[in-house]
Amino acid sequence: MTSETLTSESAAGTASGPALLRAIQAQPAPFVLFALAVATIVLYLLGPHAEALVKFPDAWVLSPTAVMNDFMRWFVDLTGPVFQAIGWLLEWPVKGAQWLLAALPWSVTTIVFVTLAWIASGWRLAAFVLLSMLYMAVIGYWPESMNSLAIVLISVPMAIVVGFGFGVLGFYSERARRVIMPMLDLLQTIPAFAYLLPILILFGFGTTVGLVASVLYAFPPMVRNTILGLRAVPPEIVEAGEMSGATPRQLFWKVRLPAAQNQMLLGVNQTTMASLSMVIIAAIIGGTNDIGWEVLSTMRKALFGESLLAGFVIALLAMALDRITYGFAKRDRFAAAQAAGLNPWLAGLGAAAAFGLLSLVVPALSDWPAAWVYNPAPDMNAALEVFVVEWRTWIEAIKNAAFFFLMLPIKIGLAKAVSPFTWGFEMTTPVIAGYGALVALLAGWAALRGRLTLAAGIVLAGTILFIGLTAMPWLTLAAIIVYAAWTTGGRMLALGTAAGLAFLLVAGVWPQTVLSIYLCGVAVIICFVLGTLIGVWAAQSNTVSAIVRPIIDTLQTMPLFVILIPFVMVFKIGEFTALLAIIAYAIVPAIRYTEHGLRNLPSDVIEAATTVGCTPRQLLFRVKLPLALPAIMLGLNQTIIYGIGMLVIAALVGTNGLGQQIYIGLGDGDFGVGMTAGIGMAIIAIIADRITQSVSRRKQEEYGLTATVI
Amino acid sequence: MPVAPDAEVKLSCRNVWKVYGNRPEQFFTGHDGNLGSDAQAKAHAQEIRDSGHIVAAANVSFDVHVGEIFVIMGLSGSGKSTVVRCLSRLVDATAGEVILDGQNLLAANKRELIEFRRHKMGMVFQNFGLMPHLNVIDNVAFPLELQGVPLKKRREQAQEVISLVGLEGREGSFPRQLSGGQQQRVGIARSLAVKPELWFLDEPFSALDPLIRRQMQDEFLRLQRELHKSIVFITHDFLEALRIADRMAIMRAGEVVQIGRPVDLILNPADDYVREFTNDVPWEMVLTAGDIADGTRGFAPGMGHISADTSVATLLPYLADHDAGVMVRGADGEDIGAVNARDVIKALASGVDNPALVTD
Ligand SMILES: Nc1ncnc2c1ncn2[C@@H]1O[C@H](COP(=O)(O)OP(=O)(O)OP(=O)(O)O)[C@@H](O)[C@H]1O
Ligand SMILES: [Mg+2]
Repeated sequence: MTSETLTSESAAGTASGPALLRAIQAQPAPFVLFALAVATIVLYLLGPHAEALVKFPDAWVLSPTAVMNDFMRWFVDLTGPVFQAIGWLLEWPVKGAQWLLAALPWSVTTIVFVTLAWIASGWRLAAFVLLSMLYMAVIGYWPESMNSLAIVLISVPMAIVVGFGFGVLGFYSERARRVIMPMLDLLQTIPAFAYLLPILILFGFGTTVGLVASVLYAFPPMVRNTILGLRAVPPEIVEAGEMSGATPRQLFWKVRLPAAQNQMLLGVNQTTMASLSMVIIAAIIGGTNDIGWEVLSTMRKALFGESLLAGFVIALLAMALDRITYGFAKRDRFAAAQAAGLNPWLAGLGAAAAFGLLSLVVPALSDWPAAWVYNPAPDMNAALEVFVVEWRTWIEAIKNAAFFFLMLPIKIGLAKAVSPFTWGFEMTTPVIAGYGALVALLAGWAALRGRLTLAAGIVLAGTILFIGLTAMPWLTLAAIIVYAAWTTGGRMLALGTAAGLAFLLVAGVWPQTVLSIYLCGVAVIICFVLGTLIGVWAAQSNTVSAIVRPIIDTLQTMPLFVILIPFVMVFKIGEFTALLAIIAYAIVPAIRYTEHGLRNLPSDVIEAATTVGCTPRQLLFRVKLPLALPAIMLGLNQTIIYGIGMLVIAALVGTNGLGQQIYIGLGDGDFGVGMTAGIGMAIIAIIADRITQSVSRRKQEEYGLTATVI
Repeated sequence: MPVAPDAEVKLSCRNVWKVYGNRPEQFFTGHDGNLGSDAQAKAHAQEIRDSGHIVAAANVSFDVHVGEIFVIMGLSGSGKSTVVRCLSRLVDATAGEVILDGQNLLAANKRELIEFRRHKMGMVFQNFGLMPHLNVIDNVAFPLELQGVPLKKRREQAQEVISLVGLEGREGSFPRQLSGGQQQRVGIARSLAVKPELWFLDEPFSALDPLIRRQMQDEFLRLQRELHKSIVFITHDFLEALRIADRMAIMRAGEVVQIGRPVDLILNPADDYVREFTNDVPWEMVLTAGDIADGTRGFAPGMGHISADTSVATLLPYLADHDAGVMVRGADGEDIGAVNARDVIKALASGVDNPALVTD
């Protein structure tokens, strides 16, 4: 059946009514998709005559921003003093830590961290940490780095205590867990920027905002890992504890907790990373003399050398903290306990004390002498200037090609994007007819091969590409999303999705939502295609894997800000830069999960396929890829989540959409605007998450395999 | 070392039921699991099963005497672990009584239960259940630590049991650095650290390979000769049960099918289920001279003397050369009866299912 016959059939619907109805009931997907495409075209053509169905009417918008602002004002009036007091209290530990790190001689601080690295994982990490700290000093960012570190050092223990508490509660009480888990989901899907706003309003400017935000952002992984770890304790160990006569309290502290220790330390690692990234992000509110602010302010002044150097500090901090905490989580305490020789804790303490005393005599060990500072930023700026000028034509060409041939068509549709100026021809009627024929041909080919759903999907995609996402009638775009939720996750998900989209429409942020979907969508598609390819390649070749691994590991630990810098340097601000930054970050899970999925297939299946005579090619396409699909879909899910996370940050370099909206809200202190956009972002994230998760879960059930978040 | 049948009862398990499901208590209103006859209990169990509940233990009753090794045997899922968990109250029985030294364990409150476990019970687990974060000596001393015994003292006590199970020199090792057999020695040492009177072992050797398993069984018997604990030992391996049991219970689908000495089970299996287990048993290893002695025949010239617990297998070479046979002597030194080659053949023949058809 070709799409032409489909059209004629639906036109002659009344004649062959019952037969068609039965066909639709048997396999509704192709018909629904096709109907959606037709409806879209009709609405598009009707345009002005069906205004309300194309562009959501302003009259129907009930913006919640005013109400939210009123609420917030009322709330602040009511509780202001309480929060002020809390903020005042919280400020002390941060101030104390900052004072301490500033007062300690740099040599002592360095030795402390080098010792920790040594104990955590050995001399390599110790050397890395030593070089990182020296870099901070040489480049002249020591005080700023220490200020950021101080907030992290205070927020991590707080987040751990809070997370541990909730984790234990969730472990013992099923009811508590049912409240805690969705709360965590929400905290982790609402963009980090959006947190800052209410905190800013409640606590006022100051370091407290960064601290509170980072605790809020960093405690969920601790909760998850605590619950996970406690639940994973083998029942026999618990029973052995009971039979040894443990009281309930002893059972927890002496049996469950030690047995769950490693998982919890992994939670500490994740908490630390989250805390650092939030501390950096919080710099956006300004007024703090920390390294995040250094990056931001220099970036705004287009001082890319400085911002890159400072960004590098953040990256080093992140990697060092990650490896140290991870090292402690994985450390073989047993081997360490048995190791002969000098106790590293004592040795470190001794060295620190020695240097402390020495620095009283030798000032250079206490304050890094100005003469030792070497900051190559000006030279870098000059070099960059030369580079950009030299390669201008190339840079422009890449940027323009991507913009005019990829981004613009998806954004505003071929109908408007095609112009003689860029494409060399105009969207005249014959060209449109040719485009229609091409889409029909593709769809017909798919239909002939019996893949009706694919055929209808091609028609729908062709329609969307022609009209452009931003010009899509809201009614059909929303319908498409709800239908996707329906087919993947069932009725509840469809209802939830409809409710979420309705909120976005009524709140009046639909245009921004579509812009966000557009930018994130393009990035996700590219990440998925490119990432899967790289992942497949890495799974086939150990060399490629050895090259790719450290790169994606680094990208993943990198605070989001920093990823922006190189792209802004070369491509300046704009949507294309944002796109590249999102891709650079969100491609990580696509690669990781594909490789992981392909490498961890049940070996008996692979062996069986090999013995029946699969060629390596057949093995990959017929056996491995289909079986790795659950993992790959989970990777897609993570890619989307990562993409949305980066989207907000990318708003800094000029995008329009919800991210920008949050940023504006933050800038103006407009709680309503920022919060509405933040909630909107969370809605998109949750919908995308649930849909892709359902697909992955269904595949997992089909194959009887499990894919886990890694 | 068989235990005299009139030895004092240490632990008594009376009409114990364990039912998993929505509302298991509903089946035990108005009675405490004691339904009078076995037939009624069986019917009740079936009723419960029909209602969609899982009957993990049904009307289980047995006594364990002081110094006795009582083995519970059965296929996987037959409810062995459930029973021993009810005895130790790791799970709470749905109905029934467990009486330890005259006290009903099921009525004990949390505090009393902890005291029971701290001083009277030890338990060994199939997968060892060692604390991964503690080394051998601290694992063994763990129960003492929970009781608040000071470090030096508890290490000393732990050291004693470690020597007992032959792990000297490995005190500083961590569980994952030990082989399965060694880990189970730690598990055994830990369960003995508090000098319990009652010792539960839930398939302690099932995770070990056959050679090590055998070695551990020998060690276990040696320990028991020294310690004289009252033991409930679980296994799904009939041969293991034969080697160590004084008496044993066979379980199926939560119910006890038969209780008795291993020989009784072999010679008089209660039903086909029990016979299935006994089929593959090498009878000459199980039967003792005392089991087949013919009390009607007295001492005759040419007979040697042999003690009643000599296995038939070890007697074969002698009987092959001496037609007169031997006189069997009981533990008290009295003659029990005579055994000759023919008696042995007869006894072994009764275990043959399908005798060959001999043509003339
Ligand atoms: N917590 C539980 N919930 C529901 N059913 C259970 C539970 N624990 C055990 N059962 C069921 O009770 C029955 C007996 O289990 P039990 O563990 O006592 O068997 P077992 O004889 O020890 O088997 P194995 O040799 O495999 O250890 C099984 O059918 C099991 O499925
Ligand atoms: Mg069991």
